Amino acid sequence: MNPDFTQTMILTFQVAGITTIILLVIGIPLSYWLAYTSNRIKAIVETLVSMPLVLPPTVLGFYLLVFFSPVNPVGGWLDNWFNLRLVFSFEGVIVGSVLFSLPFMIHPLQSGFGAIPANLREAAATLGISRAKTLFTILLPNMKPGILAGCVLSFAHTVGEFGVVLMVGGNIPGVTRMASIAIYDRVEALDYATAHQYAFVLFAITFAILLLVYMVNRRFARMELA
Amino acid sequence: MIEVNVSKRLHTAEGPMDLVFNGIIEQGEFITLFGPSGAGKTTLLRMVAGLTTPDAGTIVVNGQPWFDSTSRINLSPRRRSIGMVFQDYALFPNLTVSENIGLALPREKRGVIVGELLEVAGLQELAGRKPDKLSGGQRQRVALARALALKPTILLLDEPLSALDLQMRLKLQDELLRLHQRYQPTTLLVSHDLSEVFRLSRRVFVLDRGEVTRSGSPTEVFSQSKISNKFRFNGEVVHIKPSGVVYIVHVLVGQDIVQVIASEREITSLKVGKRVLIASKAFNPLILPLDE
Repeated sequence: MNPDFTQTMILTFQVAGITTIILLVIGIPLSYWLAYTSNRIKAIVETLVSMPLVLPPTVLGFYLLVFFSPVNPVGGWLDNWFNLRLVFSFEGVIVGSVLFSLPFMIHPLQSGFGAIPANLREAAATLGISRAKTLFTILLPNMKPGILAGCVLSFAHTVGEFGVVLMVGGNIPGVTRMASIAIYDRVEALDYATAHQYAFVLFAITFAILLLVYMVNRRFARMELA
Repeated sequence: MIEVNVSKRLHTAEGPMDLVFNGIIEQGEFITLFGPSGAGKTTLLRMVAGLTTPDAGTIVVNGQPWFDSTSRINLSPRRRSIGMVFQDYALFPNLTVSENIGLALPREKRGVIVGELLEVAGLQELAGRKPDKLSGGQRQRVALARALALKPTILLLDEPLSALDLQMRLKLQDELLRLHQRYQPTTLLVSHDLSEVFRLSRRVFVLDRGEVTRSGSPTEVFSQSKISNKFRFNGEVVHIKPSGVVYIVHVLVGQDIVQVIASEREITSLKVGKRVLIASKAFNPLILPLDE
């Protein structure tokens, strides 16, 4: 198999995997807060989280590019202090993907938290069980379908991401070139055979992942009925 | 001693309603809050638990303020020594019976206390089962055992038996009494079942539209009849049969048919299907129609 192809596919799944893990770590506290808070700024945070659903990816990508550019104060500070450059780099692609896939993690988790009967949390409170222990021993184990859906959707969405990655990361082989960009790149070079190879693999993998989610969720639903 | 003086405006389907409760409850007492649904019983229980915040007032338990609106004290439920049984039990579905009971306990004490509670509640056989594999009565026992695990000062029971059939309810009422005697928690039971009130509690507060309308012992509160009875039952006439100069009236009391002799004069106010009171004053049983 073409080493470029392998390298690009590995990179794509690396980005998707790391993005999903970061999103899960951020997503659990954020969606917990969104599900249970009555704070007034909740609406604003919810809107910001959902923005990537409707915003053209190039808009987000453009602002990230400007923001993280070494000539900008923030980008310059990151560059000087942490030697971290978020434009045209692997780390930049991760940051962009995390922001862009945020709603795909937050929404399933938030509805998962919301679906847990309030009296389970209340029962835990009357028993003096701390919030953190309640989260890990009672809430999360009772919302496995939501967690699974959040992870899979984030992963699949990151694999298929194009606009943000292209804007922030560019098309550097082995660093920022993800499968979806490689398709574009190959089509531009009139190399339809390789483009098809990428496209078909993405198609098949996405189909398999989503099928798995639906099957697992059906099993969860049946277990709950039993 | 528990002093509860609270008020809260509730927004009900019939418009706003002010829930006001002032009462003193002695250590170890078994109290019921009785009344129609929507009277504010569950809200009152939740205010004691700290799950609902009163608009104003105080809740003082053994001298320690749990809630005081003037000095802005409001202890979180986690810091109140309570055990609560919810109407639908609220068992943790992902944990087994013994994990449910033991979750709140420190690891080193868990084994002993859980073992004891499993035994007392007759749940040893079910220790490893998940709640969805239990019957209603079994779930109720798990919920009660879980609420008792931390030896709470106050045990709060929100209509814990309402979802069960009569037989199971009677059985669990006995069990509740036994557990109350053993652990002696001050107990507040929400109920709208009169027989439960009589069987379980020494004192009852009747709530209606957010106010305590009556309180006292169940007999004081509910027996308006002037007769000083030795015993009395409510029943329903199922059959009337003439027998010589008297009549034999068959009355259904609970699950039993009782035969009562009635004179021709008494029989004029009775017919099949009539609700009656059977009472014995000294030696002669009386059979009286009930006002409906």
